[in-house]
Amino acid sequence: MKGIDLKVSIGALKLKNPVIAASGTFGFGREYSEFIDLNRLGGISVKGLTLAPRQGNKPPRIAETPAGILNSVGLQNPGVHAFLRDELPFLKQYNTAVIANIAGNTIEEYCEMAELLSASDIDAVELNVSCPNVKQGGVSFGNTAAGVSEIVGRVRPCCKKTMIVKLTPNVTDIKEIAAAAEASGADAISLINTLLGMAIDIHRRKPVLANNTGGLSGPAVKPVALRMVYEAANTVKIPVIGMGGITCGEDAVEFLLAGASAVMVGTANFTNPHACMDVLKGIENYLKMYNNHCIYDIIGKLVVNQ
Amino acid sequence: MPKVLKEKILRSEALARSIYRMTVESEYISQTARPGQFVNLKCSDGIEPVLRRPISICRVNREQKTFELVFQVRGRGTELLSRKKAGDSVDILGPLGNPFEISAHYKKIAVVGGGIGIFPLLFILDEYGKHREDNLKAFDLSAFIGFRDKDSIVLKDEFEKACDTCRISTEDGSAGCRGFVTGLLEEELSRKHYDIIYTCGPTAMMKKVAETAGLYKVPCQVSLEQRMGCGIGACLVCACKTKYGDGWEYSHVCKDGPVFWCDRVIFDEQVEDFG
Ligand SMILES: Cc1cc2nc3c(=O)[nH]c(=O)nc-3n(C[C@H](O)[C@H](O)[C@H](O)COP(=O)(O)OP(=O)(O)OC[C@H]3O[C@@H](n4cnc5c(N)ncnc54)[C@H](O)[C@@H]3O)c2cc1C
Ligand SMILES: Cc1cc2nc3c(=O)[nH]c(=O)nc-3n(C[C@H](O)[C@H](O)[C@H](O)COP(=O)(O)O)c2cc1C
Ligand code: FES
Repeated sequence: MKGIDLKVSIGALKLKNPVIAASGTFGFGREYSEFIDLNRLGGISVKGLTLAPRQGNKPPRIAETPAGILNSVGLQNPGVHAFLRDELPFLKQYNTAVIANIAGNTIEEYCEMAELLSASDIDAVELNVSCPNVKQGGVSFGNTAAGVSEIVGRVRPCCKKTMIVKLTPNVTDIKEIAAAAEASGADAISLINTLLGMAIDIHRRKPVLANNTGGLSGPAVKPVALRMVYEAANTVKIPVIGMGGITCGEDAVEFLLAGASAVMVGTANFTNPHACMDVLKGIENYLKMYNNHCIYDIIGKLVVNQ
Repeated sequence: MPKVLKEKILRSEALARSIYRMTVESEYISQTARPGQFVNLKCSDGIEPVLRRPISICRVNREQKTFELVFQVRGRGTELLSRKKAGDSVDILGPLGNPFEISAHYKKIAVVGGGIGIFPLLFILDEYGKHREDNLKAFDLSAFIGFRDKDSIVLKDEFEKACDTCRISTEDGSAGCRGFVTGLLEEELSRKHYDIIYTCGPTAMMKKVAETAGLYKVPCQVSLEQRMGCGIGACLVCACKTKYGDGWEYSHVCKDGPVFWCDRVIFDEQVEDFG
């Protein structure tokens, strides 16, 4: 990293570099610590946490689709208390930002988790707003600008940490949603979460996933993700964290040029346990190739056609 | 500890209709792998297919620093693997998962397998075979392996060489005993005691083996299959139902398994049968 400044700011949070492991694909870091030096990551967004432990959905929970995967894990996790007790001490041994990704069925649950986490050693909270709001007939909080405003506005006073709001791509107009998150007090936004999809086993005439539908991720979603990150970054002033199908440095550079201040790497970890490091090296190589000395020389530097 | 390795394929051969054996040179896997563990293979150099494919380690040769995989072509991933040739390299993540419990305390050993589930059982027999060389009389190794028909029989010679008694069943009776391999096991258990049973194969078969083992109070280990993402315990997609206190929980095949003591597994919802 000699001579190249890779540091980025996500609100008050400073990351040593822009590469973050995406929530749900990296567990609590333990498994991947056998493959990569977690100290070299900009950050780790942990498996989505809920207030109470969750068993998750019935298997099969994964299906492969062209250049992508569908998953329906259903937020299996040990709960936020067990995370703080059993997992956070492990992560804190490393010099990397710990981002607690949280999900709930009610706004009260999000608030309670945000308060608990604010009193802990984590570096940021990432609000996953793709979950169904049980009090509103199961429609996801993140599906409407009003829903996003409400949840972000109400969690904000409970959250003393940098608050990142993770947006769902399953919406008509991402710009409106991004603006709602910013106006309601988000320090940053991250996108995209998975795209709702389906795969069918024609021989059994049944969906491949026990849950019938699932979230699409991997290279297949990259063009959609990039467009949404570009639109969101051009709408809000707060930092944007981009993700969706990133497998290498070049992919990440596309997101950075489109306006993302950092990137998250998800599905690629499954194919290549060194993916985050390869993405980081690829970004550095790109900067060297163009004689850029600072990551901000490329962030948002896309020149669009008039 | 699992590693990502780029290894050389020494041999690739068809054993039967759509069944292939791949011999791979790997110092690391051959020295560290235990019976029941698997590797996660990348099927191409590009981004498609996205996921690796889990295949059990069938055998290792510690002297020659090689290991063998035997797999059936099912879809695109295994089809791509079957096209790899001697001299090609293959990207392997492994060894993964928990092995079968192999112990010199067990003297009378039975392995029971069906279809593609038979391959990891050979590695178990090899391990006990080593003990047997030192203490020939003490060990008694039996294999019960089931196939659909005569044409799908593979590795018969290898199994016969690796154990004392090898019995084969086919569903249509075109070779060996007619019927399911579980029938052979029941017959055998009614007249002979075993210290342990290891099983791998279709879920319905393993469920029956577990029940039979329970009836005769023989400890039994099963090796489960589930669709996987990461293969290392991070993504939580490979769930399987296991007992927990008075209730149950979802364990994960890649990290908590694939080998489980059979009385821990709840077979009721043991998912889609791939066979
Ligand atoms: C621990 C473990 C050990 C295995 N050992 C062997 C072995 O030694 N020999 C052998 O022939 N097969 C083995 N299998 C099954 C093998 O992994 C599948 O047949 C293979 O993944 C099919 O891939 P495909 O692309 O050809 O099929 P497709 O149906 O096109 O695959 C689509 C997706 O489904 C998954 N999938 C399909 N069938 C299975 C299955 N039965 N188990 C898990 N995932 C599946 C694939 O990995 C892929 O992600 C094992 C599976 C597991 C979990
Ligand atoms: C198996 C799996 C589990 C996931 N779990 C979560 C989760 O708990 N919370 C969350 O916000 N996003 C979750 N995601 C979404 C990812 O963090 C990411 O937004 C998405 O996969 C797109 O990035 P990718 O194409 O690089 O994977 C999950 C994705 C996968 C594949
Ligand atoms: S495959 Fe990821 S946890 Fe088992």
